[in-house]
Amino acid sequence: MADLTTRFAGIQSPNPFWLASGPPANCGDQVMRAFDAGWGGAVWKTIGEPIVNVSSRYSSIDWSGQRMMGLNNIELITDRPIETNFREISEVKKRYPRHAVIASLMVESKRETWHDIVRRAEDSGADGLELNFGCPHGMSERGMGSAVGQVPEYTTLITGWVKEVARTPVLIKLTPNISDIRTIARAARLGDADGLSAINTINSITGIDLDSFMPRPDVAGLSSHGGYCGPAVKPIALHLVQQISSDPEVRLPVSGIGGIATWRDAAEFLLLGCTSLQVCTAVMHYGFRIVEDMIEGLSNWMDEKGFRGLEDFRGLSLPRVVDWGALDLNYKIVARIDPALCIGCDLCYIACWDGAHQCIHIEGVPTPERLLEQSRDRIARTPLVPRVDTSTTPALRIPRVDEQECVGCNLCWLVCPVEGCITMERIDTGRPAETWHERITRGTR
Amino acid sequence: MVPPVSSREFEASFAEIHPPLGPHEAIAEATRCLYCFDAPCTNACPTHIDVPRFIKKIATGNLTGSAFAILDANILGLSCSRVCPVNVLCEGACVLHRYHKRPIEIGRLQRHAMDHFYARGLRLFEGERRRGRVACIGAGPASLACAAELRRQGLGVTVFDKRPLAGGLNTYGVAEYKLRPSDSLKEVELVRAMGVEFRLGVEVGREVSIEEIEKQFDIIFLGVGLGPTLPLGIPGENLAGVVDALRFIAGYKTNGGAYIGRRVAIVGGGNTAIDAAAASRRLGAEEVHLLYRRSEKEMPAFEHEVELARQQGIRFHWLTQPVAIHGGQEVEAIECVRMELGPPDQKGRRQPRPIEGSNFRLSCDMVIPSIGQSRLIEFLSQCRRLELRHGCVVADLETGRTANPRYFAAGDCVNGGREVVDSVAEGKRAAVGIGKAIEELHG
Repeated sequence: MADLTTRFAGIQSPNPFWLASGPPANCGDQVMRAFDAGWGGAVWKTIGEPIVNVSSRYSSIDWSGQRMMGLNNIELITDRPIETNFREISEVKKRYPRHAVIASLMVESKRETWHDIVRRAEDSGADGLELNFGCPHGMSERGMGSAVGQVPEYTTLITGWVKEVARTPVLIKLTPNISDIRTIARAARLGDADGLSAINTINSITGIDLDSFMPRPDVAGLSSHGGYCGPAVKPIALHLVQQISSDPEVRLPVSGIGGIATWRDAAEFLLLGCTSLQVCTAVMHYGFRIVEDMIEGLSNWMDEKGFRGLEDFRGLSLPRVVDWGALDLNYKIVARIDPALCIGCDLCYIACWDGAHQCIHIEGVPTPERLLEQSRDRIARTPLVPRVDTSTTPALRIPRVDEQECVGCNLCWLVCPVEGCITMERIDTGRPAETWHERITRGTR
Repeated sequence: MVPPVSSREFEASFAEIHPPLGPHEAIAEATRCLYCFDAPCTNACPTHIDVPRFIKKIATGNLTGSAFAILDANILGLSCSRVCPVNVLCEGACVLHRYHKRPIEIGRLQRHAMDHFYARGLRLFEGERRRGRVACIGAGPASLACAAELRRQGLGVTVFDKRPLAGGLNTYGVAEYKLRPSDSLKEVELVRAMGVEFRLGVEVGREVSIEEIEKQFDIIFLGVGLGPTLPLGIPGENLAGVVDALRFIAGYKTNGGAYIGRRVAIVGGGNTAIDAAAASRRLGAEEVHLLYRRSEKEMPAFEHEVELARQQGIRFHWLTQPVAIHGGQEVEAIECVRMELGPPDQKGRRQPRPIEGSNFRLSCDMVIPSIGQSRLIEFLSQCRRLELRHGCVVADLETGRTANPRYFAAGDCVNGGREVVDSVAEGKRAAVGIGKAIEELHG
């Protein structure tokens, strides 16, 4: 069985699955129950001068019958006294010495205040510190959170203050609400940070009630932008993680965050260079129990692939992400439709006609409009509808790809509801691989 | 005889077999729809309802738009959503069958949109008034569809029916657990609100003559359907306790119940026979026997209907033909003869023939013949220059035109008896044909 033991900038945990700093890691009781369920670590809900929260705090996006594809929150950092949080961290560390407990911290931007909170956090027995420079709502209006993480100089400065006194590893949590996340990652490195956590939540307004015209969430008739997370943000998180993981000036371990809900998501973040993983929304949706499948699924997958430990595959996919200009312009694929699997929905046909390159055809019909016209005529002329045979797709409903015209864009394959029906297959263009960069160099666009 | 059930029991035993979808259920189901292009379900609908279009509107919460998309193609969208044999039409054509998935519940989704439409009291618009008056004879599905389409074209329409209520078999003849008269009448009201005049309780050819109608109207549309259930033509048929299927169904629907035998014998193998059998059970019959002269394979009733009946404990007697009904004043038994199937005839259908000496008696106190409807030959012969074939009006199925340019016809009186949705489709097409004819007449 694969070994999931994780070492992140000196912080050890039995597996890479940590609770992210958020409601699931709000108190000692929750964290201990999470550890019992199998979580390897927890980043405590951000500790600082206790705040007052509003009600309500969350809103979400549903998709295709699924609840909470994306979650938005306007909740602030902990509303519990600093000493209570630290006392509970001590308690948890005493009972769970092998698990990672990281104190997330956020205080006003004063050197002494940071020194004080760092000392108290480390005295409580926390294994590491995560500086919350990413919170995009509320706290940023008070000069904290993303107000720090959006300015490289502030990031370097405060990281430096913390490093003056810290004895445990210091992680900087990055905000995605910035044009180039690498500038902040580099600034953290400059301040001597030991690791990075990415990404924090994305500025968002999830939606507006069409009866009351009230944006969500509703706080006494007003709303405020919040931070977006959950499955919807995973692709954005993967990109930003790749950006910092592959930047030669950063070279820091990354704790991946952003829509991780399954072991598959976890494996993807690890393949893009992450060392540990943090989860919040999925736990808020389903509870701590989801970690069981995350551990088992990742471990089974690693066994299948012959990976004994996380380091065996960490960052394996990073070299596969390059600039567009380094892609082979002479590589060509085309769509092939398997008539035996085609169910005749013709979604690929209309997608190609209306949304792509007009190279999928229905035999003998010049345009989609003509096809609809023919159907209408046929119905009007066929008073007695014959009983339908559901077992096979009529040949006239199986579209055909014009491989000469097909640009290999993937759209038909993406819209096809049937697994394996459309495959994208390589065509030999007879030309050697050539990139845009190479063309520019040769001066032949 | 079993006394009639109480109104509460009636409600319970005739509860709808396809209950409505809740709002969340409807959205979840609508979301499953793939939104096929040139969708097979739409192609399988005789009225050509754009199914993915109305379903996607349900998914976005545009229920009003969804209802209009349905009514655009099928004015009787409400009754069709309840009575259509969807598994051999739209749902049968769903591409998900070929992906080993449950087809989309198109019928129930359509009902969802239709229920919204009627709950909101929404109305349809008629077209700008233009010259031309049409009489629709019969107030069943074909006439209602024709009348609504004619109003859309701005033509004047009067519908005649000898019954006190409009809707035809939708009001009087569909099993109660599929469609209630109150729902059928909502559709009638919708058509009335489009400006159609209804003259009910007026039998054309009796209270008002055909000549009179010909004088008053430019075009006459025949949507008269078929006649009463055919008699069995065997001794004992006029004993008390013999009630034909259509009369039986209309009776229990109109009265909210009916006297029913303890042991009921239904004769026939069509969907109406199944409806009568299922209703007998629901009304309290202890035993219901269905006698059919061919085997199960030849039965014209839909498979799913037969299955439903079987689940309700209906006993099927295949290859069984009644030869006499016995009793003093009332039915006591039905005498039958066993049949065997001969070689296929020219149409490929195997003809049944009696096995000599195989007669037997089945004791029962009620017999419900359901061997198909008679043709309205007597009435149709009054309409001049109509061509009839096997008692049905010969009409062009694309336009409803008959041999007489002033007569159009559609529905059961043309096709010999098919689904409600077929009548709607034909009635609608006939209205388009009529519109063109009137244009030629008045310009």
